[in-house]
Amino acid sequence: MNAVGNPESQVYGIAAEFQSARDLYHAAEKIRDAGFQKWDVFSPFPIHGMDEAMGMKKSILGKLVFFGGLTGFLAAVTLEFGTSSFLYPLIVAGKPTNLYTVPAFFPIMFELTILLSAFTAVFGMLILNGLPRLNHQLFNWERFKLVTEDKFFVAIESDDPKFSSRSVRDFLESLGGTHITTIHGD
Amino acid sequence: MSNASASAEPAEQLTAEEKQLVRAPLVLNKRTMGWISDYISSIVEGKTPTWWYVSMAITVPLTLMCLAMLAYLIATGVGVWGNNHPVGWAWDITNFVFWIGIGHAGTLISAILFLTRQKWRTSINRAAEAMTLFAVVCAGIYPALHVGRVWMAWWLAPVPNANAIWQNFRSPLLWDVFAVSTYFTVSVLFWYTGLIPDLATLRDRCKTKIRKFIYGVLALGWRGGNRQWRHYEMAYLILAGLSTPLVLSVHSVVSFDFATSVVPGWHTTIFPPYFVAGAIFGGFAMVLTIMIPACAVYKPLHDLVTIDHVDKMCKIILLTGSIVGYAYLMELFIAWYGANPYEKAAFWYRAFGPYWWAYWSMMFCNVIAPQFFWFKFFRTHLVWVWILVQFPNAGMWFERFVIIATTLARDFMPSAWGMFHPTWVDILTFVGTFGLFGTLFLLFIRFLPMICMFEVKAVLPEADPHHGEAHH
Repeated sequence: MNAVGNPESQVYGIAAEFQSARDLYHAAEKIRDAGFQKWDVFSPFPIHGMDEAMGMKKSILGKLVFFGGLTGFLAAVTLEFGTSSFLYPLIVAGKPTNLYTVPAFFPIMFELTILLSAFTAVFGMLILNGLPRLNHQLFNWERFKLVTEDKFFVAIESDDPKFSSRSVRDFLESLGGTHITTIHGD
Repeated sequence: MSNASASAEPAEQLTAEEKQLVRAPLVLNKRTMGWISDYISSIVEGKTPTWWYVSMAITVPLTLMCLAMLAYLIATGVGVWGNNHPVGWAWDITNFVFWIGIGHAGTLISAILFLTRQKWRTSINRAAEAMTLFAVVCAGIYPALHVGRVWMAWWLAPVPNANAIWQNFRSPLLWDVFAVSTYFTVSVLFWYTGLIPDLATLRDRCKTKIRKFIYGVLALGWRGGNRQWRHYEMAYLILAGLSTPLVLSVHSVVSFDFATSVVPGWHTTIFPPYFVAGAIFGGFAMVLTIMIPACAVYKPLHDLVTIDHVDKMCKIILLTGSIVGYAYLMELFIAWYGANPYEKAAFWYRAFGPYWWAYWSMMFCNVIAPQFFWFKFFRTHLVWVWILVQFPNAGMWFERFVIIATTLARDFMPSAWGMFHPTWVDILTFVGTFGLFGTLFLLFIRFLPMICMFEVKAVLPEADPHHGEAHH
């Protein structure tokens, strides 16, 4: 079996290449059924239905964004009522400074809700994905560069409780994986 | 590429009835995933073509001219523009609304067509979103500069000014500050989020160390694992869901700048939907204006941006142009039916007053010219499409000029009437913004993938994990 990275350092995991989204999908179903925990499939584009094939739940990002949006909304409420009703009641064209002024305050509440929701969506996604990062053990493998082109990969990490290099290699081979390689760290 | 050879045509096993339901392929000539990466990346990786230098030789001087005009304005005062009593808003706000409207088509393509699952959007959304950003950059110049003393522009930000007085949050002008800055920020986030997987593609193909470093940092360490894709797809869906009401709100808020005033011709409730429809109309015209030449230069892109795409965009122009035409007629009807003499006079002056030429140019460009798109011939012949979309481009500028300058030139009291004449600074600044827009777009084509590679790969038949299996 091939090995990449610094052979002295810890093994990150074992990876294999697949040729199509269909093969990757079926491999994922079998890895899920075999009970592995720390593994991932890699593809040039998101594959429809892969979350179920891997046995994963829906992303929690939506819940985070709700709280981000709520923060934006409350920030606008505080900013508008705080400054225009309490700090220095600003009476323009005889308009009220109390609760009746909500319609005129609404556009900024809306914009700040959207703004903070969008920030939460993007930065929340990056944090959940452990990004940004400058390097990763998988980048030690030259073939892995094809993942952003047209190849598909599976990697089972050595942290997985069921991991043993011989059985994982045989298992990946039985799934139809090629170029099976042990990935070391730097 | 094994993907191509493995793909048996599933349509062969279908009955005649089922075959009618099979959609036309989005990517022509059975291009493979490898071809998509290779071709689109090669535009960025290859030698800089001569036409690019020639184009830059035109747009960069125009950009510099724009900057010189702005420097002259800041150094001398806002009086170098033709704005004066009674036309206090003139070309500055006309051009602001014109540019910001153009941006709307990009967000419509990237957000609304995403939510409505219009998969054909995938090959045009990247360039359209870039167009959005660059148009908003051009738009942003005007409100920032027209305040006169630019160094006081921070008074727009929600911090107390010198007398500890806060902004008037009930003012549509302040709503506009929040709407436009939110729109720009969210558009940048949306665009960059979409770029991450494609930047990773460029990173993985790099040959030189400098490129590898730059694209490597920009790609943020993207690996394309499904544990990443699942949060990524959720983020993209949420951004699309946020951008949809946002884009509709931005031009509504822009229209509030006018609609909440008491000036006859501005004080109407039809403005928000009418402005949004007009923005999409003018924006799609600009998308076609720049995409048709880009695909003419890079001919194989016709397999990704097909005649079908152009056809669909022309239909959207026809639809939104008809909405705009309806709004014009409804304004006239209400001016008569509303029995308000000032309102009636305002519309009379628009059509038959001193700015009649602008009104009838607007009517011809926005209402008459797009009607050619009822005919398939005009929707599918690229030269005709390109010529015809210049009418909406010009017409939407005339629309904003008619709404702003004619209305202010003729309000309640004849003693307060006056005319607006643009100065040479007005004209050169506006021409210069086209140079800025062009320069930014040329830089985008040269250094970033102008088509969203990973999304186009995902709409290929072999991207389906059940491709080639029995249908269930």
